[in-house]
Amino acid sequence: MSDGYDLIIEPGGGIRRYWRDLWKYRELFFFLAWRDILVRYKQTAIGIAWSVIRPLLTMVVFSIVFGALAGLPSNGVPYPIMVYAAMLPWQFFANSLSESSNSLIDNANLLTKVYFPRLIVPAGSVIVSLVDFFISMVILFGIMAWYRYLPDIRMLLLPFFLVLAFLASFGAGLWLSALNVKYRDFRYVVPFLVQFGLYISPVGFSSAIVPEKWRMIYFLNPMVGVIDGFRWAILGDAFPVYWPGLALSACFTLLLFVGGLFYFRNMERSFADVI
Amino acid sequence: MSPVIRVENLGKKYTLRHQQRDQYTAMRDVITDGIKAFARKLIHPFQVSTEPSPTSEDFWALKDVSFDVSQGDRIGIIGRNGAGKSTLLKILSRITEPTTGCVRIKGRVASLLEVGTGFHPELTGRENIFLNGAILGMGRAEIRKKFDEIVDFAEIEKFLDTPVKRYSSGMYVRLAFAVAAHLEPEILIVDEVLAVGDSQFQKKCLGKMEDVSAKDGRTVLFVSHNMGAVRNLCTSAILLADGRTISKGKVDCTIEGYLQTIWLESAETNGPLAVNNSFGIVLDSFHILNANGMPTVALESGKRGSFQFCLSCQIPYEHCLVSITVDTIDDVRVFALHNAVSGFDVALRPPGTIIRCTIPCVSLVPGRYRINFKLRISEDVIFFLPRAFELQVEDGDFFGTGRMPENSWGGLVLVEQDWSTFPFK
Repeated sequence: MSDGYDLIIEPGGGIRRYWRDLWKYRELFFFLAWRDILVRYKQTAIGIAWSVIRPLLTMVVFSIVFGALAGLPSNGVPYPIMVYAAMLPWQFFANSLSESSNSLIDNANLLTKVYFPRLIVPAGSVIVSLVDFFISMVILFGIMAWYRYLPDIRMLLLPFFLVLAFLASFGAGLWLSALNVKYRDFRYVVPFLVQFGLYISPVGFSSAIVPEKWRMIYFLNPMVGVIDGFRWAILGDAFPVYWPGLALSACFTLLLFVGGLFYFRNMERSFADVI
Repeated sequence: MSPVIRVENLGKKYTLRHQQRDQYTAMRDVITDGIKAFARKLIHPFQVSTEPSPTSEDFWALKDVSFDVSQGDRIGIIGRNGAGKSTLLKILSRITEPTTGCVRIKGRVASLLEVGTGFHPELTGRENIFLNGAILGMGRAEIRKKFDEIVDFAEIEKFLDTPVKRYSSGMYVRLAFAVAAHLEPEILIVDEVLAVGDSQFQKKCLGKMEDVSAKDGRTVLFVSHNMGAVRNLCTSAILLADGRTISKGKVDCTIEGYLQTIWLESAETNGPLAVNNSFGIVLDSFHILNANGMPTVALESGKRGSFQFCLSCQIPYEHCLVSITVDTIDDVRVFALHNAVSGFDVALRPPGTIIRCTIPCVSLVPGRYRINFKLRISEDVIFFLPRAFELQVEDGDFFGTGRMPENSWGGLVLVEQDWSTFPFK
């Protein structure tokens, strides 16, 4: 049917070609991520230090408010380490969310002038946040060295939880970026969501303080599973994982991601027309 | 040989929303509309709502467009604003999907709907070359290979490591076009990108585009309002109007047809020419006045001529900026008249003001010209009417000798001249 034609443009488009294109445009993906990283701290006086200062200050505040003032338990682990271990995935999630939700609109001039699989744009934002994540990770090791705190073999499971965090961030990012193109309301929803999420996720405290009967519902928040996993992998037995809850969180994350992918693909063809 | 691009019954439908306050949908409206519809259903459960929603209307930006392009063809796509040219290019470059029909393409396509797409002001020239190249579909290795050539073409060696936000606009455009000009696709789709940049660089770009297409048998689709450029670059043309193909064929015939339609449409005007509701300013009429101050359609070269605009307004406006620019029929700007350059302050007084700009000696070569009109009040553009009026210039005794330059000598303007001879040694 193709008679030697390389490209057939018709309503609906081809799904198979889309994934092939995604691979073909991988260089553009790297270039966009590279651009965002380069541009991020241009004309700032302290540059990359910002990605260190933000989580560090939040950690200090949380340690004082929840640890020292409210006196919440930390199971024998220094409170700053407990907070920072959760801060890592949370910052990654929050940054990805705010960056990717605006990413399509920020790149509107690209979207209306060139073709590429639009998935590249929010994916690039998540990758940029991932770079920040790795920088913050180095700080964690610094803090742990300061408190002479040694992680055990479980640390090797951290990548698994990182993947979970990535899927949650990317999934939510896909939903929000696509929704934001159509309904600009989400521009205002996202900062609120991020702020709100910081308090309903167990960042400043341990999820163990949530009453037993609410536990399962609490784990519907995909970040609860991720944060508990991070704490468990970094801090060991002091923070046992509630496995059914983690499984629920993981399932929900997967659902968020797959749903986001489908929704994004569905909305994608009209982006150039509505943006 | 089978065509490299085959377009069949292509159509693109947009749904227009009326009474929309904002550019985009707010969820507030969707929710309230949804609730209204739901409430209506509750009240009249058996009434099937067949009537289309009054706030939206279908609009076909393109309808039943079909054509074939063979390899090495250079095709100009022309038509008025809103004729569907850009929509067609957007579909061909896969930015938006067609509603009906299909396009088959053979070979690698690069589209250039804008120069410098994705340029980031904070990045340096070097970084932007890589970024822009990637956006236009070049691989990293390919860009690296052509890097020096691109820098040479753009003439910006010294500023390679300066952020492009510090570039002059000319440098910016040169760099942007240099990247684009080094694309090596089999099919190149170009929108009105040459509207920017100085005319010398425009020529260089056109030259570059022309020799790539002639040398490598590259196929070019070119949209432009600049008939001169289309005529120079293209071998054939497609004329679009209201989303349909009106004619296609040799470039000269198609352009002639296009100019004819514009000529006819501009003849039938009645009522106010333009209205700006937010400022309450109305452009009531425009006249060309001849040497005797009488309205006319044609000026005589060498004689006095005036352009006169009647504007009515409700409140006074101070310091208005009026510009009248004159283009040839091929869209080459001949000159610009602006009240600020002659140091004249224009104020609008209710109920109306007549603005007249007089040229003591019309020095245009006989022919047809178009007049663009623009009125600004501080930062606000009240009217911008490109190609709004036609001007005809006829043979006159410019030199006082009864002779005029021959048509075949070319040129756009008549220049006063003094000749003399001297014996040497």
